[in-house]
Amino acid sequence: MNWNTILFLLVPYAVVPLAVVASAYRLLYRPYTVSSLSSQILESRKLFWGSISFHYGLVLVLTGHLVALLLPRTITLWNAEPMRLYLLEATGLALGLWALAGGAVLAWRRYSDPRVRAVTKPADVLVLVLLVISMVTGVLTATLYSFGSSWFTAVFTPYLWSLATLRPRPDLVADLPWLVKLHAFNFFLLVATFPFTRLVHIVTLPLGYLYRPWQLVIWVRRPPRDSAARR
Amino acid sequence: MNVRAHMSMMFHLDKCLGCHTCSVACKNLWTDPRGSEYMWWNNVETRPGTGYPTLWEDQEHFHGGWVRTRAGELKLRLHSRVKGLANLFYNPSLPAIDDYYEPFTFRYQDLFDAPAGTDQPTAIPISQITGEPIDIVSGPNWDDDLAGSAIYARNDPNLEAVAPHVRAQLEEVERVVFTYVPRICNHCLNPACVAACPSGAIYKRAEDGVVLVNDTKCRGWRMCVAACPYKKVYNNWTTGKSEKCILCFPRLETGQAPGCAHSCVGRIRYVGVLLYDADKIPSAASVPAGDLVHSQLSAILDPHDPKVVAAAEASGVDPGWIEAAGRSPVYRFVKEWGIALPLHPEYRTMAMMFYVPPLSPLMSTYEDGLAAPDVHPAHTDFDLSADLDRARLPIEYLANMFSAGDVKPVRAALAKMMAVRAFKRRESVEGSVDEATLELLHRAGSSAREAEEMYRLTTLASFQERFVIPKYHRETQIEGHVDPLAHKGSAGRGYLQASER
Ligand code: HEM
Ligand code: SF4
Repeated sequence: MNWNTILFLLVPYAVVPLAVVASAYRLLYRPYTVSSLSSQILESRKLFWGSISFHYGLVLVLTGHLVALLLPRTITLWNAEPMRLYLLEATGLALGLWALAGGAVLAWRRYSDPRVRAVTKPADVLVLVLLVISMVTGVLTATLYSFGSSWFTAVFTPYLWSLATLRPRPDLVADLPWLVKLHAFNFFLLVATFPFTRLVHIVTLPLGYLYRPWQLVIWVRRPPRDSAARR
Repeated sequence: MNVRAHMSMMFHLDKCLGCHTCSVACKNLWTDPRGSEYMWWNNVETRPGTGYPTLWEDQEHFHGGWVRTRAGELKLRLHSRVKGLANLFYNPSLPAIDDYYEPFTFRYQDLFDAPAGTDQPTAIPISQITGEPIDIVSGPNWDDDLAGSAIYARNDPNLEAVAPHVRAQLEEVERVVFTYVPRICNHCLNPACVAACPSGAIYKRAEDGVVLVNDTKCRGWRMCVAACPYKKVYNNWTTGKSEKCILCFPRLETGQAPGCAHSCVGRIRYVGVLLYDADKIPSAASVPAGDLVHSQLSAILDPHDPKVVAAAEASGVDPGWIEAAGRSPVYRFVKEWGIALPLHPEYRTMAMMFYVPPLSPLMSTYEDGLAAPDVHPAHTDFDLSADLDRARLPIEYLANMFSAGDVKPVRAALAKMMAVRAFKRRESVEGSVDEATLELLHRAGSSAREAEEMYRLTTLASFQERFVIPKYHRETQIEGHVDPLAHKGSAGRGYLQASER
C-alpha cells in the first residue's frame, strides 16, 4: 500500500460514508443545529461583495464538475471544436476567479469585522481555509495544466466512477502533478467536514419553495370529531 | 364558510402610559439569551416618530408586506418564488443590526474591582455582540417622549398625507404632541413572513391563529425578516434561526394572558377570541386600498349569529371557543362598537391585533386652550365633535396608521369615543343627560346603553373581563411535554438541543 492508495482510495471510502451518515443523522435528529448561520444582520456590505460572487461562482463551477462526471461525452463532443473549448475554459476560469475573489472577501470579512469575528467559530475558519485552498489550486490547475475540461473526462471521470462502482483504481490519478492531487484531495477533506460544519446548509437548498402554497396553516392535532368536514 | 378561531389582542391607545412594562415583561420571559438581546417582540414607540427598527414603515426601503398588482392580484413586495431563491446568498432587503441598535450592557464588575481612589468607579457600556466598550448611539426606544421634536417626528412616514402647514404646526414647541403605540407581532391572517419563507418553516396555527417559526425547519435564509412589514420577525445571530413573538402560547395554553397583556400597567390590553371566515382571506386581502378596513372586518364573524355558530361547529371549532368568542372583549371593540382598527391595513397582511386610536391628544387641543375657540366650556364637547379635523394629532396621521389613509373609520371611532365622554361627563358632573348630548351620541352612531357598556369595559373592566381565554385542550397542545422556560437560557425557545453557535 502506497501513499496514493491511502489518499485516493482509503480516504474517499472513509469520508464519503461518514459524510452521508453523519449528515443524515444531523438533519434528522439534530435539525435545530442546521442553519446557514447567516451573519448578514451583523455586516452587510462586505457580505454583498463576498457571498454573491463566492456562491454563484462556486455553485456554477461545481455544476461544471458534475456535468463532466455525469455526461463526459457531451463535454468531449463540445470540446471537439477549438473555439468552443476556449470558450468553456475561459468561462470556467472566470467563474473560478469570481468565486475566489468572493471567498477572499469572505475570509477578509471574517478577520476584519469585529462583529462577525465575535460569532466566528473555529469551524467557520476551517471551512473557509479549505475552500480557499480548493479555489486557489483549482484556478492554478486551470491555468497551468490546460485544458482541464478535456483531461478531466479522461482521468477523473473514470477514477470517480471506479470509486462509485466499488472497483477502485487509484492508480488512475497516481501520475498527476501534486497541485492537481492537492485540489482533489482537498475536496475529500471538505467532504469530511461537511456534516460537522455549516456546509450542511448546501443540501437544505429549499427548492420546494418553487411550488409550495404561499400560506401554511397547520392544525396542531386535529380533533378526531368530524375531521372529514374539513379539508 | 370555513370558520376558524383567532386569539386576538386589542390595544386601547387612549390608555397607554408609555411605561414599557409590557416590553420588559416580554424581554424577561423570552428574549434575554445571547443573540436575541436586540429583539423586542413587544416594543412601545412614541409617535410621531420613526419607531423600532428605525423607519420600519418605509416599505420602499424594506420591501415588507403585499402589493396589489394591476390585475388585482396579490404579490409579495419582497420577491417572486424564483427571485426568493436567487437572493438566498444575500438578502438585499434585510435590516442591519444598526437599524435596530447594537445591544449593550455595562461592565458592572468594574464597580467592585476598581481600586480605592478619589473618583466614583463607573461601569462602562459594552457591546453585547463583541464585548468591547462602545458609545451607545441608539436603542429600541431612543426617541422615547422626544417624538414631538423635529429630529425624530419629521421623518415619520405617516406624516406624508398631512398638509404642510399642519406639519409645520406640529413642530412648534407649544403644539408638540405625541402618543404611544405598543406593538407585537400581529399574527396576521395573510402573513407575508409565512409566504416568504423558502423552507416553509413558518406557519399559522389553525386552532388559535398564532404564527410560529418552526426552528427545526428554519435554515436561517432570513427572508421572513425582510418580508414582515411590521419587522416583527428577527434573526438570532447566535442560533442562526428566525425568532418572533409567540403570543405567549405556553401561557395561553394554561389559561393565562400573554405576558405583555398580563403585566400592562395601563390596562390597555384586551385579549379574546374572534371567529373569522378563512375562505374570505384571499379576496379580503386584495380589494382596492379604500375598502381594506371594511373587507377585513367583514371576514370577522358575529359569534352570536346562530348560522355562524353552526358553521363554526361544522368547521371543527371547539364549543368552548365559540362560547368564548361570544364574550370576547376584542369583538366588542372591533365589530360591535367599531372603534378598534388594524395597524396599517395597506400592508394587506390582515393584521389581527387591533388599536383604538388615541383621543386624548385631540381633546387637549381645546382643553389646553392652545387652539381654543371662543366657546363656553359647556359647549366644547359639541364643538370638538364638529371639529375633529382640527385635532392636535392630525386625523390624517392616524388614518395613515390605522386605515390605509381613509379618514372615515378613524373619524367615526373618535367621534363615538368623544360622544361617550360627553355623555359620561354630563351624567357624572350634572347628574343628568340633556337631549343635546343624547343627540350627539346618536349622531356618532351610539346609544345610551352602548355608551354605558363602552365606558364600563374601557375603564372598570376586571381582569376576567379583559382577558377571556378559553380552555385549550391537551390534544391541541404541542409544547406540553417540554418546558420552554426551563430551557430558554440554554437552547432557544423550548427546544432541548444546543444551537450551532
Ligand atoms: C446551493 C445552495 C446554497 C445556498 C442556498 C447557500 C446559502 C448560504 C447562506 C444563506 C449563507 C449565509 C450568508 C450570510 O452570512 O448571510 C451561506 C454561507 C456560506 N456558504 Fe453557502 N449556500 C449554498 C451553497 C454553498 C456551497 C456549494 C458552498 C461551498 C462549498 C457554500 C459555502 C458557504 C460558506 C463557506 C459560507 C460562510 C460564508 C461566511 O464566511 O460568512 N455554500 N450560504
Ligand atoms: S405596559 Fe401597558 S401602559 Fe405600559 S407601555 Fe405597555 S401597553 Fe402602555
